[in-house]
Amino acid sequence: MTALNLQGDLWMGAAPLIRNLSLDMPAGQCSCLLGASGIGKSTIARLVAGLSGPHRLEGRLEASDGVPLGGRVALMAQGGQLLPWADLVQNVTIGARLRGVRPDTTRARALLAQVGLAGLEGRRPGQLSGGQCQRVALARVLIEDRPVVVLDEPFSALDSPTRLAMQDLAARLLRGRTVILITHDPLEAVRLADKAWLLSSHGAERLSLPQSPTPRDYRASQVLSAQASLLARLQRDMACSRIGPA
Amino acid sequence: MRAMLALGFALALWQGVVWATAVPAFILPGPARVLNALWSNAALLWEHAQFTAVNLLTGMVAGIALGVATALNLALSPGARLLLRPMLIFAQAVPIFALAPVLTLWLGYGAASKTVIVMLVIYFPVTSAYFDGLMRLPAPLDDLAQQMQAPPLRRLLFLQVPNARPALFSGLRLAVVYAPFAVIIGEWVGSSRGLGYLMLMANGRGQTDLMFAALMVLAAKSLILFWLVEKLAKDRVPA
Repeated sequence: MTALNLQGDLWMGAAPLIRNLSLDMPAGQCSCLLGASGIGKSTIARLVAGLSGPHRLEGRLEASDGVPLGGRVALMAQGGQLLPWADLVQNVTIGARLRGVRPDTTRARALLAQVGLAGLEGRRPGQLSGGQCQRVALARVLIEDRPVVVLDEPFSALDSPTRLAMQDLAARLLRGRTVILITHDPLEAVRLADKAWLLSSHGAERLSLPQSPTPRDYRASQVLSAQASLLARLQRDMACSRIGPA
Repeated sequence: MRAMLALGFALALWQGVVWATAVPAFILPGPARVLNALWSNAALLWEHAQFTAVNLLTGMVAGIALGVATALNLALSPGARLLLRPMLIFAQAVPIFALAPVLTLWLGYGAASKTVIVMLVIYFPVTSAYFDGLMRLPAPLDDLAQQMQAPPLRRLLFLQVPNARPALFSGLRLAVVYAPFAVIIGEWVGSSRGLGYLMLMANGRGQTDLMFAALMVLAAKSLILFWLVEKLAKDRVPA
């Protein structure tokens, strides 16, 4: 199990993006990052996933076991990461083929069945709905079997019922992994997160969450009130950033 | 069916123009005359068409193979990009057609000069269309390659090549348009065989109907090539 610790200032080229970041992401739990668009949520996702870009961390990003993170983080993003020319099994096993390893198609089929796509293995992404595509992406994350999983707004393009179903599925299948969930949806954060932060240009503010186990029932009163207070907090944050100095 | 209708309409229009303007047959022969010339010179046309077709196909295969190989190489190697790309852009500024006399001088009046002209003319559009396609990997797929720690060759094989398929076919469509031009120019500049040669001869002797017949054979050839590429573009399902 791998806990993550992120400390320091995040830069985008020559401009500071977020100063004084201090995120302590516990092993085997879901840590959620919220914040306005453009604040740098996705940049943190890319940073943790080890993807290149104009971003730079002045500080440190460490795993609790001391082993470098390279190759131990799986990323699931909003969309576009499926290969339109390949069928679902090939899409799930693309990692193996890219690394030059023999693809395990049996396991790919089993995982596709687990995410509810049994019988559709021969289809291509173009023949699927948005929710089904994200199920394929989830199966791909699972076959990679990495200890840390970054979810960068994976369900934001889905309609509400589909989104709820995907949240339940992801919570169930990713249990035991260190998950970093990037979202702008307060309900998603309240349902899935064990720990949550609100990001702004001067750091990360810890948010309070219900104590019940995840995924939390969206109808539970504590979940609804947490969602409402989180929404109010986000609104205040937006108003501040609009009035405050640039 | 629709194609037949369009063909019939074009023929009618052609005949209509011939009747309405009453131009002499050596300026513009009617369709009937041309068909007649096509029929009575079938053996002659066939012989010359074969020469042209072989040069056209050899040149195209060579040009496409070379273009695809160059594009793959450029996509794979930043060093090659640095060295070859400026040369490629410069070479595109040179109208290859204008090199036809030089190539004929170097390679003679036979098949070689025609094949090389066709090859050179289609090499550049195929290379640049395919190369652009290979380099235009969508950002999420680029991230995927990084995530999976794909070495450049595997990234090329499993992501860039399938992603560039449409670009390759737009290159091939250009090749199909340019190649017949190139082979005819080659034959005009210096040849003793081929449809281009036949057209010059027929023109010189005032056999306009034969010239048009040769033109139709050439057009048919282009259409077959075009149809072939479209069929390939639709049918071939990548792995």
